[in-house]
Amino acid sequence: MDKKLKIIGKSTSKLDGNDRVSGRSVYGHDIELPNMLYAKILRSKYTCAKIKYIDCSKALALEGVEYILTAKNLDVNMIGYKRDHPILKGETVNCQRDEIAAVAATSREIAAKAVSLIKVEYEEIKGIYDPFEALKTEARKINLNGQGEEKFGNKNIAESFEYSHGELKSMKKLSKVIVSRRYQFPRVTHCCMGTSNITADYSIIDGKLTLYSSTQVPFLYQRDMAHALKMEPSKIRIIQPIIGGGFGSKLDMLPFEPICALLSIKTGKPVQLLYSREEEFIASPTRQAMVIDLTSGVDEKGKFTFREVQITMDNGAYTSWGATTPFVMMQAYSSLYQIAACKFQADAVYTNNPNAGSFRGYGNPQATFSIERNIDLMAEELGLGKDEIRLLNANFPGEITGQGLLFKTCGAKPALLKVIEESNYKMKNREKQSGRYRRGVGLASMLHVGGGAKIYRSDGCGTRLKLDHYGFLTIITGSSEIGQGSETVLAMIACEELGIPLTHIKVINSDTDVKPWDVGVHASRTSFVAGNSLLGAISIIKQKLNSKAAQLMGCKNSDFVYENGFIKACEKEVKIDKVVREMHFGNPNKLCVAEYFFEPTSSFQDKDFKGDVSGNYAFASQVAEVEVDTYTGKVNVINMYVSQDVGRVLNPMGLQGQIEGGLATGLGYALTEEMIYEDGYLTNPSFHEYKLLTAMDMPEVHFYPIETMDEAGPYGSKGAGEAPLIPTAAAIANAVSNALGVEFLSVPLTPEKVLKALSEKNNHKTANSQIL
Amino acid sequence: MDDKLIKISFSLNGKSLTKNVSPSLFLIDFIRDELKLKGTKPGCREGECGACTVLVNGVAINSCLFLAINIHGKELITIEGLSSIEKPLHPIQEKMLEHGAVQCGFCSTGIVLTTKAFDDECRSDGKIPSRQEVKKSLEGHLCRCTGYTKIVDAAEDYLTHSSF
Ligand code: FES
Ligand code: FES
Repeated sequence: MDKKLKIIGKSTSKLDGNDRVSGRSVYGHDIELPNMLYAKILRSKYTCAKIKYIDCSKALALEGVEYILTAKNLDVNMIGYKRDHPILKGETVNCQRDEIAAVAATSREIAAKAVSLIKVEYEEIKGIYDPFEALKTEARKINLNGQGEEKFGNKNIAESFEYSHGELKSMKKLSKVIVSRRYQFPRVTHCCMGTSNITADYSIIDGKLTLYSSTQVPFLYQRDMAHALKMEPSKIRIIQPIIGGGFGSKLDMLPFEPICALLSIKTGKPVQLLYSREEEFIASPTRQAMVIDLTSGVDEKGKFTFREVQITMDNGAYTSWGATTPFVMMQAYSSLYQIAACKFQADAVYTNNPNAGSFRGYGNPQATFSIERNIDLMAEELGLGKDEIRLLNANFPGEITGQGLLFKTCGAKPALLKVIEESNYKMKNREKQSGRYRRGVGLASMLHVGGGAKIYRSDGCGTRLKLDHYGFLTIITGSSEIGQGSETVLAMIACEELGIPLTHIKVINSDTDVKPWDVGVHASRTSFVAGNSLLGAISIIKQKLNSKAAQLMGCKNSDFVYENGFIKACEKEVKIDKVVREMHFGNPNKLCVAEYFFEPTSSFQDKDFKGDVSGNYAFASQVAEVEVDTYTGKVNVINMYVSQDVGRVLNPMGLQGQIEGGLATGLGYALTEEMIYEDGYLTNPSFHEYKLLTAMDMPEVHFYPIETMDEAGPYGSKGAGEAPLIPTAAAIANAVSNALGVEFLSVPLTPEKVLKALSEKNNHKTANSQIL
Repeated sequence: MDDKLIKISFSLNGKSLTKNVSPSLFLIDFIRDELKLKGTKPGCREGECGACTVLVNGVAINSCLFLAINIHGKELITIEGLSSIEKPLHPIQEKMLEHGAVQCGFCSTGIVLTTKAFDDECRSDGKIPSRQEVKKSLEGHLCRCTGYTKIVDAAEDYLTHSSF
């Protein structure tokens, strides 16, 4: 069976944590290159307008201004997932974010002054901010480069997804209870503590462009950048400095990045562009805002019958990866709990709001919210326990869902049982509440990919290993570290397998000139894909070491044990660095290196989105326990009970950090965070007005990992990074409903919203639940 | 930009220094751009996130809201000041690592300094703070990665167990 593991499963501190905590780590903000210029972008004054003219003459006259870039005479391609996004806007502007000009100057102050001196004359046009307005036939075409008319029969549709399985009609007939609701989700944003940044360094000597850039998908970024600038991709080198938070925000390349590169190309000098916090709010990605119409049914025995869902997403003015969130959402609708029939339709609709993007969870928090709210409502109407109905329909090992996902291992039911038991859900859910402070509990589950997701031609990752003759191992991995701790897990795996101490292991992962291909950080894939890739390379390097060690020890075909820097066999041992020395300097000379490329066995889905898209799947359940102050409307989350099928725990401390961090973002989504727009203008672009939770707001977190030992993942593990925030808002909304007997159809559950729901309930005084 | 420069003398991480600075220069920019100490992080530049925290005469302040000239005659400690050749990490930093309180790390250096100041305060009052007080002391710091629990654990561990 399983051999005893030495370090896997033990809490291990972050590999470069000491650099980070002592201020030694170099983030993008900290880079200073000789002769470096500072860039600043002029953004649109209007959310929808024609540009009549741009006059840069005053700004150009300012001492210290080296270059001003506008759309004029710019030979570049459009960017974005649909290539519908001009880097600089010369004729029309479509949202508050729109880039009109960019200055490179010798200091930040001069760059800012120059931007204020650029004169732009606009002719304002009435914008469209509501996707339902944009869908009307009489609506103006918002993005002139959109292809909605040809592809989807409506000029303002940017992307559209359709999916179905099962017999919807007959399943509707079988249903005893059918619940229909419309749910609304606002934009929220990542709030990475380190704002967006890039430093571009173009060499006029050899035409090579080096970009210090915080992307989480360096190879896709290199390709996108090359396409935008009409350059050869391999002339672009991406170096990823330490990132001050990612969470999905760095999946799309945004205009500021090619803009900064162009300024460097035009001036022949390094150029740095840093976002201010206000700019970060205005012009970095957001979670997709959407309206979800969900109808779901259940038969008299409590078995779910069908889900029918129509989603309208506010795409904003340009199309980002965020438009593909339906890809993940349809998995939730089709396969979270056993579902006999499902019909799913989602449209991303152009508006004059800022373009959205991808965000940890990728549409799944929204989908899960609607699913789990409807389940509570169905259970109530059917008179069945909210826990029972979920257990009755829970996913199970070996299940092949209507969409074709195969759950080789599945911890859905154990996770549900665990949180139900630990939270004392049954009892607390039934307690009648009165008085000023009312308590409630809410339950929600989720399903997410746990072993990558095949959405690009390769979902693979390359690894190169170099073992030196002092016994130090260098792991060169295609994968990226964005703070999630993947480096540490890789080093732990190498330590486990080769018996080399962590202090002797280096991970190189930040330079596209050096590292092999990898698709990037997304879909909770890094530990899974990069871990498997590393294991492949380790097995190759071990073969080489084994044969040399056998020679040195004079024994053959033995079991070789790697421990504490030694290779042991047939009761003898030899130091690993000695083996390497013999390889390097012995006869015949050989390098102690290995390389491996891991491509998950997951398949592409067909054009109907059917197929087993991920190497494995993660399941989780959460129970939220809240106390609501009925005088102020404030929701206080007291306890969060979290159980998650992580396959196997690799690094308990790292995992706990991902769980607690994810939960905190989920709590913010549930309770306080919302970007408030008025006619496309963000009205709260600061931490003062956009409320992030603080240490004071955190509940007690009770975490129970479920280990299902999935064969596909390294040591049986599954991806875990996104799951913790996915069911959180749903669990909290269910808990507040349980406490107050009112219904919520949108997030965040602000005090105002809670008070309004309560006063409506009191006004109606009917027994049925009320709708806000 | 064309302000007249003002001469200030202060102590930086224990060493005396004299510099000419513009009266409108913020301390964060002075530290990062002129002293070239990059461990002080710009998270918001509007006094909301705590990433830029430094100690002035032992008090934790947001350097993005503090004018550089006001450190004249005072003692400035930045995160770099907590490391020495003999002892590269301060015990607070060790606790942060031990508890897994550092993810991306952008918020970490400010949190270390706030905890140090709070510790000094507790020591001079001769009290051991409660968990609630520890949380309260960190209220001015935003962290998007960790969910705060590990940070509070680390600070609490240090504040309640370091020898008096
Ligand atoms: S940078 Fe000073 S408080 Fe955020
Ligand atoms: S560790 Fe990333 S912001 Fe705190």
